[in-house]
Parts: sequence; C-alpha cells; structure tokens
Amino acid sequence: MQNILEIKEIKKTFYKNRIPFPAVDGISFAMERGECLGLVGESGCGKSTTARIITHLTPPDEGSVLLDGEETRYLKGRAERELYRKVQMVFQSPQDSFDPRRTLGDGIMEGMRNRGMSRTQAKERLYELLWQVELEQEFACRCPHEVSGGQCQRAAIARALAPDPELLICDEATSALDVTVQAQIVGLLRKLQRERGLSLLLISHDLALVQTLCDRVLVMYQGKIVEQGTPDQVIRHPKEDYTRMLVDSVF
Amino acid sequence: MELKRTAGRRAGNIHTTFKMAVFGALVALVLLTAVFAPQLAPFDPYEQDLGSALLPPVREHLFGTDRFGRDLLSRVIMGSRSTVFSALLLVLLITVIGTAVGMLCGYYGGWLDSLLMRLSDVFLAFPGMVFAIAAAGVMKGGLFSAVAALACISWPKYARIARSQALAIRNMPYVAAARLAGSGDVQIMGKHILPNLAGPVVVTAVLDMGTMMMEIAGLSFLGLGAAPPAAEWGSMMSDGRSMLQTSPWVVLAPGLAIFLTVMIFNLAGDTVRDLLDPRQRKR
Repeated sequence: MQNILEIKEIKKTFYKNRIPFPAVDGISFAMERGECLGLVGESGCGKSTTARIITHLTPPDEGSVLLDGEETRYLKGRAERELYRKVQMVFQSPQDSFDPRRTLGDGIMEGMRNRGMSRTQAKERLYELLWQVELEQEFACRCPHEVSGGQCQRAAIARALAPDPELLICDEATSALDVTVQAQIVGLLRKLQRERGLSLLLISHDLALVQTLCDRVLVMYQGKIVEQGTPDQVIRHPKEDYTRMLVDSVF
Repeated sequence: MELKRTAGRRAGNIHTTFKMAVFGALVALVLLTAVFAPQLAPFDPYEQDLGSALLPPVREHLFGTDRFGRDLLSRVIMGSRSTVFSALLLVLLITVIGTAVGMLCGYYGGWLDSLLMRLSDVFLAFPGMVFAIAAAGVMKGGLFSAVAALACISWPKYARIARSQALAIRNMPYVAAARLAGSGDVQIMGKHILPNLAGPVVVTAVLDMGTMMMEIAGLSFLGLGAAPPAAEWGSMMSDGRSMLQTSPWVVLAPGLAIFLTVMIFNLAGDTVRDLLDPRQRKR
C-alpha cells in the first residue's frame, strides 16, 4: 500500500537574535494509509514545527514532503488549497483556533464556502459534522468564549473533518483539556479513525495517550527522531537514554 | 457626578453601557446640530448689521454679536458644520489610511513593512503642528488643505496601532486555521484580521476626534484653515481676539463650543474604550 505521507530529511532552522536554533534537524519518516502514528517528545523538540511544515504553514529549509506520493513543498495558490482537502489539523488551544468574533458554525463552514459549496449545502454538512463529533446543533451559533474547551475542540475536529481529509494531524489536541474531557476526545478520535479509515498523526507529549491510540510511535528529541517502534516496545524497552527518561517521567 | 463615578466602578458593565448611552446621545446631538445647522440658526450667520455690532449677550442674541453685528449663536451653530465635519473627515481619512497601511505591514512584513514604517517614523519624528502649518501654507489655505495637512502627519499613529495588532493576530491559531480552510490573504485580512484589530483603532479614532477638532481650529486660528467670512470656531476666535478686553463674548462663544464638543468626544472615547476593554468583554 502506498504511503499517505512520506517525509524526507526536512530541516528548519529558526533564528533568534541571529543565533541559529535548529527546530527540525533532518527528520524522515513515512506513514501508511489508515495508520495512527504518534510523535512524542518534550516541548520545543520540533514536533509542532514538523506539523506546520506538513500543513504548509511554515516552509522547510530543506527536504521534501510527499503527500499521497506527491511533492507538496512548492505548491502555491490553488494547488496549495487543494492540499488542504487531503490534510487537516486540529490545534492545541481550542479557543484560540476559532476567531473570537465569529461563531463556531462560521469557522467550520469557512472552508466549505471556500471550496465552492452553497450556503444551504454548507449548513447541511455543518449539522452532519456536528452530529459526528457529538455536538448539539445550537453550538453552530455560539462564539468560542461561550463554550467549554472540550466542546470547542470537538468543533475544531468537525472543522478539520469538513473536507473529508485523508490525513488528520492533531497537534497536542488534548493537552489543553482536563482529564475526563481528554478521554472523551480520544474516544472520538479513535471512533472517527476506525469509521473513516483516517490516517492520524498524533503529536503529543503524553505517552499514555499515544499508547492507547497509536500503532506506531516516533520519539523526537532536539529536532531529531531518536527512536521508533510500537508503543509497547518503546515504553517497555526503550533503547535510548532520552526515551528512558521520558518514559520514567510518566510511569 | 462624583456619585456616578464611584458607582460606575462597582456596577461595571451596566454602568458603562449607561454612560455610553449618555455620551452617545451627546455626540449624536453635536452631529445633528452640525447637519441641521441652517435650520437651527435663528439668524443668518453671514448677514451683517453694523447698527447692532458687539452687543453683549441679550435675549435676542443669546451669545451676543460680533463686530459686524452678526449673531454669534447662529455663527457658532453654523461653525459646528465646518469644524465637526472637517474633523470627522480627517479622522475617517487617517483611520482608513493608517489602518490599511498598518495592517498590510503587520501581515506581510518584509521590505514593505520596513519601507512604510521608516516613512511613518519620518512623519512621527517631525514636529506635527509645524509640518501642518507648512503644508497648509503651501497648499494656500482653505479648510480642505488644513485637513489634508493634518492627515499627512496623523496617519502614522494609526498605522502603528494597526500594525502591532496585526502582528499579534497573524500568529493566532485561528489565522492558521483559516489558512487550512483554504482562505487567501485578502480573505484572511478582511474576515479575521481587520475585525479583530478594529477595537483599539476605533477607540483611538473617537478619542482623536477632539484633538483633531482642536488642531483644525488651531490652524484656522492661525489663518491657515477656513477663510474669514466662513463661520468656523477657530477663525471666529481669531477674529475676536483683538476685542478680548472689551467684548470677551466674541471669543467666549466659539471657545465654549470647542471646549464642550472636545470634552464630549473625549468622554465618549473613554467610554468606548471601557466598553471594548477585553477584561470586561470576557464574561
């Protein structure tokens, strides 16, 4: 089976006061279709930058990103927008990922309207999506500050699912939520993944979450991938010192 | 007034809304006076009657008359037109230009940002009024050239505000989310960045109404704004300044009008700021 995502040697260096800081330092990995891949590591190890590079929010300095076998690095304009039919992302802070002056429904429908759906079609799809993420219809006309974090994150998932993407990236999607809500969101993601055959790239610093949800896990440290394997392998028999430290700090 | 203020602090939102209603009504009153000035003025503000020149305030002429016997109340009412409208035009002009420039700079960054911001630095480094006097002088007088001159020196402030807001907003996750929804730059700026940076800009604009009115009146006082026969508060004060000792009401009438109007706009601006304060908006 063809890989949904293949990343080759991507590098990204940020400069702070002209001091280079390599955020992503030549990482490569591949993801199979329908797979749930975990990407773990401490804050600032380059996980989010990797996600932003895959979703074209940050251009990489070097390397290539193949989505569904196609190079995405140089896409512009219309082709770039086409990319977002295949890949979508759920952000870390749910409330900030919706425009504070617009309703959740507006936010979810923005992409559909951009893809040329009529208002009535978009509304129908909106209610269908809300039902899928187990939200009442009335949430469509609420503003982000009027709903809880968990409800907002459900809406964010609905927004990400709107174009029927093949790859969903969750960038610390549960970190800003409390434990019970986290469990609900994880359950929702698992359900959606099973029902739709979604490929899921789960970025997290929470090893327990990754263990329950992922088929495979990559451990990142200082911009590099230091270890990979099934969650059980990595957690029970860590090969690298850093992974051992990470595991010990959780369990 | 004292009672109101302390109560306002405690009651918070409700009181701010009440204050907004009061000052909003006062601002509306000023604007309506300006709009319906010809209907409201009891006398023709330009008709001279040398027989009744320099009358102190009496029943017939509530504010007295100037040295040509023109009714000062009528002239003040008529003057609100030029002063208030030119201030409105000026504020509108600099808000639109400044916000557009600032938003583009903040959003795109890069060489465009450097270029436009250095330009605004140049304007900010210049003593504003001096530049305005020079510019208005070069453009050979008239109210419109005073507005243009003041617009030249006042837009950078708005550009700065809009830019700093745009810089903060463009890194918000909801802008990234809009990008993932396939929105282009124009759409993101129009739908997400502009509405979210509008708050502080609007507050500054309302607060600036008073200042701009004073500056226009100031230029007119110096003879660089409205030309003499026209009723304009600044030039009216300038007209009357030689008679300050003998007939102070000639200066007092437009002076009082400037004072009250500027105060109304400043207080309204303060209230708008309270209303839009993010700390109060979160419920």
